[in-house]
Amino acid sequence: MKTLEELQAIRDRMKTQMASRGAADGDDIKIVVGMATCGIAAGARPVLNAIIEEVENRKLENVKVTQTGCIGMCKLEPLVDVIVPGKEKVTYVHVTPEKARRIVASHVVNGNVVAEYTMNAKA
Amino acid sequence: MLERAHILVCGGTGCTSGNSNKIYSEFVSRLKEQGLDKEVKLIMTGCFGLCARGPIVVVYPEGTFYQHVKPEDVNEIVCEHILKGRPVERLLHAEKEEDGSLKAINETDFYKRQKRVVLRNCGIINPESIDEYLAYDGYKAYEKAITQMTPQGVIDELKKSGLRGRGGGGFSTGMKWQFAHDSVADRKYVVCNADEGDPGAFMDRSLLEGDPHAVIEAMMIAGYAIGATQGYIYVRAEYPIAVERLEIAIGQAREYGILGKNVMGLGHDFDIELRLGAGAFVCGEETALLNSTEGKRGEPRQRPPFPAVKGLFSKPTLINNVETYGNITQIILNGADWFASMGTEKSKGTKVFALGGKIHNTGLVEIPMGTTLRTIIEEIGGGIPNGKKFKAAQTGGPSGGCIPASLIDTKIDYDNLIAIGSMMGSGGLIVMDEDNCMVDIAKFFLEFTVDESCGKCTPCRIGNKRLYEMLDKVTKGKATMEDLDKMEELCYYIKENSLCGLGQTAPNPVLSTLKYFRDEYVEHVKNKRCPAGVCKALVSYKVEPDKCIGCGLCKRNCPVGAISGEIKQPHVIDPAKCIKCGACIQACRKNAITK
Repeated sequence: MKTLEELQAIRDRMKTQMASRGAADGDDIKIVVGMATCGIAAGARPVLNAIIEEVENRKLENVKVTQTGCIGMCKLEPLVDVIVPGKEKVTYVHVTPEKARRIVASHVVNGNVVAEYTMNAKA
Repeated sequence: MLERAHILVCGGTGCTSGNSNKIYSEFVSRLKEQGLDKEVKLIMTGCFGLCARGPIVVVYPEGTFYQHVKPEDVNEIVCEHILKGRPVERLLHAEKEEDGSLKAINETDFYKRQKRVVLRNCGIINPESIDEYLAYDGYKAYEKAITQMTPQGVIDELKKSGLRGRGGGGFSTGMKWQFAHDSVADRKYVVCNADEGDPGAFMDRSLLEGDPHAVIEAMMIAGYAIGATQGYIYVRAEYPIAVERLEIAIGQAREYGILGKNVMGLGHDFDIELRLGAGAFVCGEETALLNSTEGKRGEPRQRPPFPAVKGLFSKPTLINNVETYGNITQIILNGADWFASMGTEKSKGTKVFALGGKIHNTGLVEIPMGTTLRTIIEEIGGGIPNGKKFKAAQTGGPSGGCIPASLIDTKIDYDNLIAIGSMMGSGGLIVMDEDNCMVDIAKFFLEFTVDESCGKCTPCRIGNKRLYEMLDKVTKGKATMEDLDKMEELCYYIKENSLCGLGQTAPNPVLSTLKYFRDEYVEHVKNKRCPAGVCKALVSYKVEPDKCIGCGLCKRNCPVGAISGEIKQPHVIDPAKCIKCGACIQACRKNAITK
């Protein structure tokens, strides 16, 4: 038999797992990873996985991670967009799993854009 | 690890018959092929409601809504959307904003007006996983009831909420629970009526298929409130998916110690068993259902005594419909005031309707009480196909009546529907256009009740049969005006003298069509004409000579060789041979054949 505490533990665990279900509401922070052929070839998949891991470990419930296709700047892939509601979209370029973790920690959690990884820094 | 995307394949009955099982297995193999099976979660859910567009697949986190998906489309969804993040445009169920961007799914006309309380988990959770049910506050209402409320407190909360029975009668649920609570006995029972039998209704079916644990939890709360330790769910054997998912759910609940002895360690025993019905309509009547559950012949009992006093195995029994139970956990968790804030003065909360007939978006909708018929038909339902005109809506199945187009702005609730001669019923809503003959509709429903009458009482067994014969005369043009009056008299006799709800409501389709469409009856009787062109005996097919170009298509398509004529000459139909099948009308490209 499961105790009340065990049932609650299942609820909490499943809630995190199922957070992505249900329509996105306007308050969610969106992290969008470029996952076209160019992005995948440049290593977007480990980047995506790193972001998801980070979101899970930090139990971030108001964050939605999605992918998108090619936006035309293939040489800058892997590309990651972070869209905080009410603020301008920030595009990070040449992202690696390590950079991705820092982006989540600094930008998504604390609200500090990692300027050195952004497109403007490279340009 | 957390999955980055969730693919939800609809496993409701509609989509399953559209091959969604194959779609699911195709996803399994394609995801594996692409090495995505670890990072993407695939589940089968209950009904999404928009059955007309099935099979349906939804991909989260984007909430992309794919319609009419075929197994062949799966590879494209996996390779394009899941791998590269490009939604497959051609499969999207898409309504666009004025600026051309896609509307979010809950902003579309079909979902925007709905309020999903009972169906909250349908199409979101995997009904075969108790863990997913737990994630959405599953079994929390039971915990709250037992740890923070007295049995009387639970009942008071229900009374305050204003919840009324969703099976058709509309009796106060709180009062029903009170009666069962107040009866003194060594054993009491909680029963769930899942013997949904109205033609075209599938609300209870979808709830059981999409969220079985919600019904189980509500029955447990009922058990606590009235002092019962055993529950029975009486479900039709014709609902194999519902039966299977209930069995899985009960099994999982027992495994977790949620059903059985000393539930969740809270000191209350409760267990549930299934009873499969063999498909007799009368077994949806509560006393007949109890007889059938006991293993006896499914015939209604004399009331009183009501089941709350003397029910299953002669013990006090609480019996509620599936959808009624579907509301309970939410009332306990969110409070009576929250529930009573929805709906009209005397009908609180929401109602699920199975939308069918001549309408674009056939499917399952849940709306706040008090929504107008116009909103349901024109906005949620997407209107009538082929530019036809709305003629009437039939609510309540064989026990209900027709609402004519002139009353389309009626606010739907229990009392308004009764006031206009129909009833809420369990929630079937069949839309009819100008091609439907109202006499024929009344005859269709009456034929159903005549078939399903158990035969125990005479008014229902013989009265309905005679009524049917009179209707048959009308459709054949053999009735007189006196027959119409006799029919009406007989209707009232049957209603007043039948033993159970089946007979008491069986004449409703006839009475309401006589009330609102009497001119159509009169047309059948006096002019021997069926205005909608449905009643075969009163229709004759003719070729309009000036429109006919003599192509011969009708002649070739006629299955009985009733059409003759030379090429390029107007053709002629021989009424003696014609079987009025309509094949010639379908074949003719010049609209030269009339009836």
